[in-house]
Amino acid sequence: MAIRVQAEDFDVGAELAALSDGNPSIGGVASFVGLVRDMSKGDGGGDSVSAMTLEHYPGMTERQLAAIEAEARARWPLDGVLIIHRHGRLLPGDRIVLAACASAHRAAAFEACWFLMDWLKTKAPFWKQEETPAGARWVAAKEDDDQAAERWYKRTP
Amino acid sequence: MRILYFAWLRAKIGTAEEEVAPPAGVATTGDLITWLQSRGPHYADALANRAVVKVAVNQDYVGMDHPLAPGDEVALFPPVTGG
Repeated sequence: MAIRVQAEDFDVGAELAALSDGNPSIGGVASFVGLVRDMSKGDGGGDSVSAMTLEHYPGMTERQLAAIEAEARARWPLDGVLIIHRHGRLLPGDRIVLAACASAHRAAAFEACWFLMDWLKTKAPFWKQEETPAGARWVAAKEDDDQAAERWYKRTP
Repeated sequence: MRILYFAWLRAKIGTAEEEVAPPAGVATTGDLITWLQSRGPHYADALANRAVVKVAVNQDYVGMDHPLAPGDEVALFPPVTGG
């Protein structure tokens, strides 16, 4: 079980090394790092984002992330799972989240990592508020994210 | 019963957390929201569209027909946007 919810940044290289250290049966580690975007390009060319504050529900966050990890472990043969999610005020380019899965083979590691992110986005109780030139605004949930999470209900590994 | 509010629900209602003693007859999460709506314009505004109000009881997601017990921790919040 490796779930961490923290304000501090994390060292991706050190975290990935620690995930596989000492277990030579691991054949690969797949990871995803989510970053704060300034939104100045693409996505309809909205207002630029100068900072983002992540609020969460302490207690429930850890509980939901642990449930998502347990679900991933039940679906794929994983030797290690790590989810680190930050909260508080972050700037464009800052790391928000790290999800990583270690397994004997790449398919399980890749798929489980994708699954972690898709479910995390729709189940972990975090909310983003962006600071823009027009003022602060809460980020709305995306239907795309719901669909991305839904597909894992249908698919079997 | 403790109620927690997050994100824009917290901002609109004007508090992050409160202890409430709903009247008899408030048996489910849906009843609780209906009762909260009657507590003032801030509540009515924040809870006007139930499609964007998610509910957790004791830190698990539940529906609007979930039964409530006096010691429950109830949280109301918008759809989540982490990751």
